[in-house]
Amino acid sequence: MNTASHALDHHDGHHPTGLLRWLTTTNHKDIGTMYLTFSLLMFFVGGAMILGVRAELFQPGLQLMKPEFFNQLIGVHALVMIFAALMPAATGFANWMIPLMIGAPDMALPRLNNWGFWLLPPAALLLTMPFFLALFGIGDGAVATGWTLYAPLSVQGGIGVDFAIFSIHILGISSIMGSINIIATILNMRAPGMTLMKMPLFCWGWLVTAVLLIITLPVLAGGVTMLLTDRHFGTHFFNAAGGGDPILFQHLFWFFGHPEVYILLLPVWGLMPHVLSTFTRKPVYGHDAQVYSFIAIGVLGLIVWAHHFLTSGLPIPALLYFMYSTMSISLPLAVLFFCWIATMWRGAMSFETPMLFALGFIVLFGIAGLTGLVLADVAADAQYHHSYFVVAHFHYALFAGGIMGVMTGVYYWLPKWTGHMYSEKLGKLHFWLTVISFNFTFMPQFFLGLAGMPRRIPDYALQFAEFNAISTVGAFALGLSQLIFAYNVWRCVKGGDKATDRVWEGTAGLEWELSSPPPHHSWETQPVIKTS
Amino acid sequence: MREAALNPPPRRHGRLVVRLLLIAAAFFAFGFALVPLYDTLCRAVGFNGKTLKDAIETKDIPPSAVNYARSLGVQFTATLMPGLPWEIRPLEPSIELHPGELRTTRFLVRNLSDKTIVGQAVPSVSPTVAARHFRKLDCFCFKQQTLAPGESREMALTFVIDGDIGEEVSELTLAYAFFPAPNPN
Repeated sequence: MNTASHALDHHDGHHPTGLLRWLTTTNHKDIGTMYLTFSLLMFFVGGAMILGVRAELFQPGLQLMKPEFFNQLIGVHALVMIFAALMPAATGFANWMIPLMIGAPDMALPRLNNWGFWLLPPAALLLTMPFFLALFGIGDGAVATGWTLYAPLSVQGGIGVDFAIFSIHILGISSIMGSINIIATILNMRAPGMTLMKMPLFCWGWLVTAVLLIITLPVLAGGVTMLLTDRHFGTHFFNAAGGGDPILFQHLFWFFGHPEVYILLLPVWGLMPHVLSTFTRKPVYGHDAQVYSFIAIGVLGLIVWAHHFLTSGLPIPALLYFMYSTMSISLPLAVLFFCWIATMWRGAMSFETPMLFALGFIVLFGIAGLTGLVLADVAADAQYHHSYFVVAHFHYALFAGGIMGVMTGVYYWLPKWTGHMYSEKLGKLHFWLTVISFNFTFMPQFFLGLAGMPRRIPDYALQFAEFNAISTVGAFALGLSQLIFAYNVWRCVKGGDKATDRVWEGTAGLEWELSSPPPHHSWETQPVIKTS
Repeated sequence: MREAALNPPPRRHGRLVVRLLLIAAAFFAFGFALVPLYDTLCRAVGFNGKTLKDAIETKDIPPSAVNYARSLGVQFTATLMPGLPWEIRPLEPSIELHPGELRTTRFLVRNLSDKTIVGQAVPSVSPTVAARHFRKLDCFCFKQQTLAPGESREMALTFVIDGDIGEEVSELTLAYAFFPAPNPN
């Protein structure tokens, strides 16, 4: 921290430095930085796990690990990537950018903000600790049920399940606190004149996300609590012999699990128009239409959950309902795609790294949407369910949609956060390696799934060998390419060409009126949005 | 001025935060409310092939209700869940009957182990639309069954299929899954 911002901090009385600064900070920028750093770290942890899986799948047969360990890796990979990498990254964005965008001096509840972040490391530790405990002969490793924790398997599982349950409880509390903070900030602290319909789309995406989190996470917390009491306290929520029903767990899980997909994607959809408008030097097309689409997707996302288990024996009317309601989500999503393309239409486009990632996102996320329509089809789903087709589909949604979307945001805002430009050359190299190796990894999995390869199995029939080998090579290339990203970010934090306040030529919005990096305390006097 | 902006009075966000916490608490409760709701819904519309829980009485099924013009095929199957060293088979794998007709069928169950074991049978009917028309007067699935080491027993099921079962159903299957009883009484 430089001396100029120290001078502004006099109202704090004393100002801890070093580790204590990060432990006790209530500053939204510090907390945003911690969220993003934690997220990047866990991104590599989750990535290392799945490279173990891909290495095992390089050849048919079992070479590297026991099936039990394979099962642990896939489930913890998913939980880490979703709860410890993607969600904290989005929360980090929110912490950094929402106050800057709406002209607020900080988040509404700064102490809650600090607590929300510091719950994450212990939760991540709980999730991964059983791996290490098993090395000392305690328990049989981490949760091995897949991230969905389906009963009755999870009722029978080892201590890894208990660790996962408590980890989910803590992560859930952290996310709910973060969401409450974001809603309070957005509703109470906007600059005078910034009506909700004038609010930047990134804030809108996050507002809908936060509402979804508050609605759905408690249901998951309830579901895993029932799991816990089934395991240890003699209840039978999911035990048919005791009058329960294992399918009920799937309902509870996916009532959270499906909106979770939009929780991960809405912040990215919110940031896309900012990036597209900047690098086409045109205003965002269809601001209001995108707001209504966010809300429509949020509402529809709450009522389509059973399409994740269409093959579980639901009656025909329920199948039809969940099929049509799921497909109807493609309508507001198509509005978003239309607005993104219309924003670019006849714009003066330039292709800096964030724009490349945004374009890659649009194309690859489009593939996720279209394959999702195929999966939603009840008749087709009978073939595709639980196959590698599903794995490929949701990685197009969550890697190309989620993670590449987050990288779009990092490259876009990094100069604003650090005051330095990242290396454009390394950024472009990172983009091309990522997008090519991503497709090498996941495109073959569509064909594997169509050919009948089931997911979550450490071995496979010989005819799947070539596509699996390609996918594994792609996965290692994809994983290693991310080191360029980490290096580029590190380099940019340390120094580099000075970034201007506006950073990019075509930027618009309050956040670009502040210096780069913004002062430790920004918008101490609220800006006023002119009503024209 | 700046102090006020940086340290807003704590009450300012209090009401909103309390409301949002209440919403979160309400949805936590909703998760638990789903347990009975789901069970009720399943029995009402037959999701998962759940049959109605309560037994009916002989007086509820007058002989006049039998529809001799129609015949239904009923198949019986039974499976054992892990941890139950028993053997089970229906003595009549399939029967023909008329809607409204009272029938009794039996399953042969044997304990293969040298321990006394308590089991609980859970029924499921396919197609699921037929589940709520499958009415039981008496069933071994109504309570836990205890078998001594090596004991074998014929367990009875007395049932009737409602006359108002849809015309599209001509064949139905009743499947029992026998579980080790979770809390032996």
